[in-house]
Parts: sequence; structure tokens; C-alpha cells
Amino acid sequence: MVKNYLCPKSEAPLVAIKTNIQHIDSQEFTKPQPPFLLRHLFPKLKILKEMKTILKLLVFSLTLISCGGSKSSQSTSMTIKGSDTVLPLAQKTAESFMGQHKETAITVVGGGSGTGITALMDGNTDIAMSSRDLKAEEKIKLKEKGLDIEVLTIGIDALAVVVNPENKVQKLTREQLEGIFTGSINNWSEVGGESMEIVVYSRENSSGTYEFFKEHVMDKKNYSSKVLNMPATGAIVQSVSQTKGAIGYIGMAYVTPEVRTLDVSYDSGANFYAPSFENAMNKTYPISRPLYYIFDNSKKDNLKPYLDFCLSSEGQALVKEIGFLPVQ
Amino acid sequence: MIMNRKVEKGFEVLIRTCGYFTSLVVVLIILFLFKEGISFIGDSPIEEGYALYLSDENPVGTLSEDQIKDLFDGKYKLWSELGGKSDSIRIFSLDDLTEIFSEEETGKDLEHLDRCTRKLTDSIPGALVFVLEAALSDPSGLKKLNAKPITLSSFLTGQQWFPTAKPVGVYGSLPLFLGTLLVSIMAILMALPFGLAGAIYLAEIADKRIRNILKPLIELLSGIPSVVYGFFGLVVIVPWIQEGLGLAVGETALAGSIVLAIMALPTIITVSEDAIRTIPSDVRQASLALGASQWQTIVRVLLPYASSGISAAIILGIGRAMGETMAVLMVTGNAAVMPHGLTHPIRTIPATIAAELGEASFGGLHFKALFALGCILFLITFVTNYLVDSFSAGKKSK
Repeated sequence: MVKNYLCPKSEAPLVAIKTNIQHIDSQEFTKPQPPFLLRHLFPKLKILKEMKTILKLLVFSLTLISCGGSKSSQSTSMTIKGSDTVLPLAQKTAESFMGQHKETAITVVGGGSGTGITALMDGNTDIAMSSRDLKAEEKIKLKEKGLDIEVLTIGIDALAVVVNPENKVQKLTREQLEGIFTGSINNWSEVGGESMEIVVYSRENSSGTYEFFKEHVMDKKNYSSKVLNMPATGAIVQSVSQTKGAIGYIGMAYVTPEVRTLDVSYDSGANFYAPSFENAMNKTYPISRPLYYIFDNSKKDNLKPYLDFCLSSEGQALVKEIGFLPVQ
Repeated sequence: MIMNRKVEKGFEVLIRTCGYFTSLVVVLIILFLFKEGISFIGDSPIEEGYALYLSDENPVGTLSEDQIKDLFDGKYKLWSELGGKSDSIRIFSLDDLTEIFSEEETGKDLEHLDRCTRKLTDSIPGALVFVLEAALSDPSGLKKLNAKPITLSSFLTGQQWFPTAKPVGVYGSLPLFLGTLLVSIMAILMALPFGLAGAIYLAEIADKRIRNILKPLIELLSGIPSVVYGFFGLVVIVPWIQEGLGLAVGETALAGSIVLAIMALPTIITVSEDAIRTIPSDVRQASLALGASQWQTIVRVLLPYASSGISAAIILGIGRAMGETMAVLMVTGNAAVMPHGLTHPIRTIPATIAAELGEASFGGLHFKALFALGCILFLITFVTNYLVDSFSAGKKSK
């Protein structure tokens, strides 16, 4: 079946190979020939020369690999995995840390808070980044695995609820947000805007932001099935900026002029607060959350230089630079 | 001489073992896929390791997954709506327990949670406590709420996909299945006419110089990573559809189909062009010599002659469209609703697997459900391949 796909009904190449073989067979008695397969792989080249170059290349690449290997064996390496929200911060701190400590290699991988914590349970990562608290069941599971975990707060993030700049709505209460994301409010006119369908953007369910929003804004209710799930925060910004009736939530660090933030009230409309740096710092803005590094205490000695760096004034300056709030 | 023969023999053995080994690996992968997928059916939809406890006086014993989800979403207020007494429903989660009870009562390492659970179910007749089973050291004497096991028909015909809903996931794959079919079929319907026309142009009509420029360019297109197509789709095609059709949302099945059609084009063009070009020139010349025009030669002689090659192109194109993940993930909106048409968001099977595998715990129910989705995807591609294959074979024998 398969061989028919590419050259239907053509017997020609096969015939050619056959004649070729006969041709070579008749020559075989006159001078020694290299093996059948090599002859076909390199028909016109001098086999021996070819083999030599291949051998040289092989030796060369092997030495290269072994050099690389010997280099890494002298250094310490660690993996940081988890929340996509913390990812840019972890990358930045890891880069500048590696710039100062040439012997350390740090790998930073995203995937979502849940992914990171699962990896920590399975021993696939040294540090799990998380943008939400450990769930009670995760604590129990980690304890079952015999891990003595420590949770370190490295920064604070505020979640901004964003809409398209053309939208007239300026502020929403928590209850209204719950209604919009659970699907009971479907039109902007129900929350004081013009008559326009609400298009709700959310992150995928592996994201810590998804869980955080569900727990702290939606009162643990499930998202409506009509919600559009985007694979990354950048994709939410892009979609909200080009969709008139859109609403979505993103980390404050990701707010761009293409989207507009909403003021949020957690006391049924008495006080509204904008997601500004000041409001998040003095804790009047309600949707903010700590960002964590979670790790096994028994491995702390290995990780300590890096963790200290994250909490140092230099590390905290990077936190601010990315757009999060420093811990101190 | 003898050495050569031996080396030759050695190569033969090597190639043969490689062949057997590769086929074995492929079969084992499929077996693994189905083993994981099938074990999903018959499982309890309550997340593994969790349990729901009721008050002893509550007559409700077994509920379906949809009912439990609605219960936790607050759609029911009284147990009488679910066949119980007229007590109001009060739900407590593990986190609630640690908030309600002091650290003295729960124990420092949460070792007395069973006592707390019993206190709740004894004092509040409408209580429903949702905890990790392992958290209770002695769960005996507590009344459990059971969920109906997942059946094949509820998985295939269920219209809701809520795998991360707590405490029970709702696993209905129908919206995902239909979404995948809709997007791939539309994509192939868009790509096929253009792809075939392009292939015929390149093989039969185009000047040799133009072909030498165009063909590598088209082949280059198939080398572009799919996330780039996805980004292109999100930034260019989605707003274009949104404004052009005056829709509220641009992330629709249509956007997905267009992106997939663009991605399937290079495959369809190169494979069918190869098929047309390998037709022996005698066939072409015989047709022309009989007085057929170039158009007639192409439609009546060359296309039927190359039909098996073209069907291979279609299969590869469909395969590309069905299995494509990243581009679709970015442009279709991924809302797991039943598809209402091309101008609505949909969610496809590959996008679901890619987006959710990160959160699914290894070996858990959600993990198995994703494998079961993989089985469905495998069966869809398998059946389409078989259909296209038998269709072209039937045409040939006529």
C-alpha cells in the first residue's frame, strides 16, 4: 500500500536497481568491491575516503560531547518548573544569577502551577513555581511522598481584569464578575454598558491563574462552558485587544495600552479599586496573590545561594522590573 | 569476497531486525494508548482518592456526574430536589474543614479530620463533606455518596466537558469530537481544490523555471512550525473574520479551518504533484496523439492515473489537519461547547490533550480520559484513511 503512494504503477526504479545489480555483479570478479549497501548509499564516491571523513566527523563530535559532559559534571544544576506567571521572573533571576555564578546551570520550565507541584512530588524538579497556595490535598500528597516542603514567597502579583479599550464599562463588583465568568450574565448592558455580547477569555485549566481566579473571584464555582480558553496570557491580551465585547484576566505585569483595566469592588460596590502598583502594595486592591517557590527542605543547601539571591535587594529589583510587587 | 557476503548478510539481518522492532514499537504504542483509554470506562467519576460523605439520615445514595457537578455549582438548594429530605444543602471542602475547626481539633498534621467530618455530618443533616480519603485515618461509619460509573455511551454522547470540575469531572467527548470533525473536514474541503489546482499547474502547465522557484517555496511552507501559523492566524485571520463577518468573537471554527487549510496545502500540493509527474510520458503522449486537448488529458487521463497518489495526498492532508494542535489551540477559542456552526468557537481533541495534559496527574482519571480522547482521534484518522483508501481502490478497479 504505502509504496504505491508516491510512485503509482511505476516499475521503472525497481528495474533500474535490478540492472544495476547485474552490472555490478559482472564486475565483481575483476576487482574487490565494497559491501552492497555502502555501494548503493555512495555509488559515485570512493568509499574508503567517505568512510574516513565519516570516522573523523564521528570522533570529532564524540570529543565535543565528552568535553561538554566533563564541563557539566563540575557544576551544579537545578530545575525550576511550574507557573507561567512566575516564569518570566524566574528566567530573569536565573539569568543574572548564572551570570554571577558561572558554575551553576539553572533550567526554567513553565507549564502551570499544577504541573510544577506534580513534578515536585515526582522528584522531577528542584523548585516548583506556584502562583497559588498549596491545596490541602497537595499538602497531604506531598507528605505521603515523605517530602518536607518549604514555601518561600518571592513576590506578589495583582490580577487585572481587562476589557477592550472601546468598552464603556469602567468598574465591576466581584458578584458581577462571578456572573460573567459562570455564564449567568451574557450582555454588557446588564452591567451598565452598551448592548453587546460579552466574550469571556480565560486561561487553560493547567494555569495557576485559572485556579486563583476561580477560587478568589468566582467563589469556587465552575467556569461556563462558553468561556474561551487561551493557551497563554499573551494570547488573552491579543484577543481582548481585537475583540470589542471581550473580558479577560491577566497578571498586572502583562497589562499593555492595547487593553484597559477595570476597577474592582469586593464589598458589593461600596469601594472600587484600580489595579495599580500603589493599591496592590497597600493591599486595598483585592485580587492579588503571592508568588511562591516551593521546594524540598532536605535539598535546601544546594538551592540556598539561588534562593538568597531572589530575596536580596538585587533579586527584588528584578521582581519590580518584571512588574510584580517586591516582598520587602 | 566471502567477507563481503558476510557483511551483506549482516546488513540484511540488521535491516530485518530494525523492521520488526519498529513495527513492534508502533503496535505497542497503540496497545498502550488503548489500554490507558479503555481503563477509563467504568471508573467512578469522583477524582481518585476523594470521597463525599453525607449525614447518616440522608437517603440520597448515588448520583450521576452531572448532578454532582450542578450540586457543587449551587444549582440545587434542597436535598429534596435530588430525591432526599427537605434539608438545605451545605457543602464543606477540605479547606473549609481547616478553617472551621481549630488546629487543636484537626490536629497539627490534620490527623483528626475524621473526627471533624463526623462532627459536621452529625450536627448538620444537609451536610456534604468533600475530602481526600487518605486524609481520614478512620473513615468507617461515615455515609458515602457514590457516583454512577462512567459508561462508554456517557463518554461518547455526553455534551459537557469539565474535567477539572471539583469533585467530579464531567467527561462528555461529543463537543470535542464534533469540533475536530468540523474543523478538519472544512479545512480539507478548502485545501483540496486549491491544492489540486496548484499541483496540476506545477506538474503540467507551469514553465520549468517557474516550477523550480515555486516548488521549493511551497516545500518550505511545510517546514514552518505550527505555532507560527497559529500566531499568524490569531493576529491576521481572526480579526479579519471578526470584522469581515461582523462577529462578536473572531476565534471560531472558520479561523481554525482556514489556518489548517493553509497548513495542509503544501503537503497536498507536493505529494499530488509528485504523483502526477511520475506518470510515464507515454500515457500523456498517447492521449495527446489521440487528439485530446491538454485539459481533456489532465482531467480524463492524468488525474485518474494518479488517483492513488492523490488519495495519499488527501490522507496526509487530513492527518495533518486532524492532528494539528498548536495552531488550532490558538485560533479556535477552545470553548468546549457543541459546535453550532462555523462562526462559533469550538474545541478540538488534540488541543484538549495538549492543553490539559500538564494539569492531569499521572495515572489519574483525567489522564485516562485524555488517553481515551487519543483513542477516538486514532480511530477517526484510521477510519478516514481506510475510507479514502478503499474509495480510490474501488475507483481503480472500475
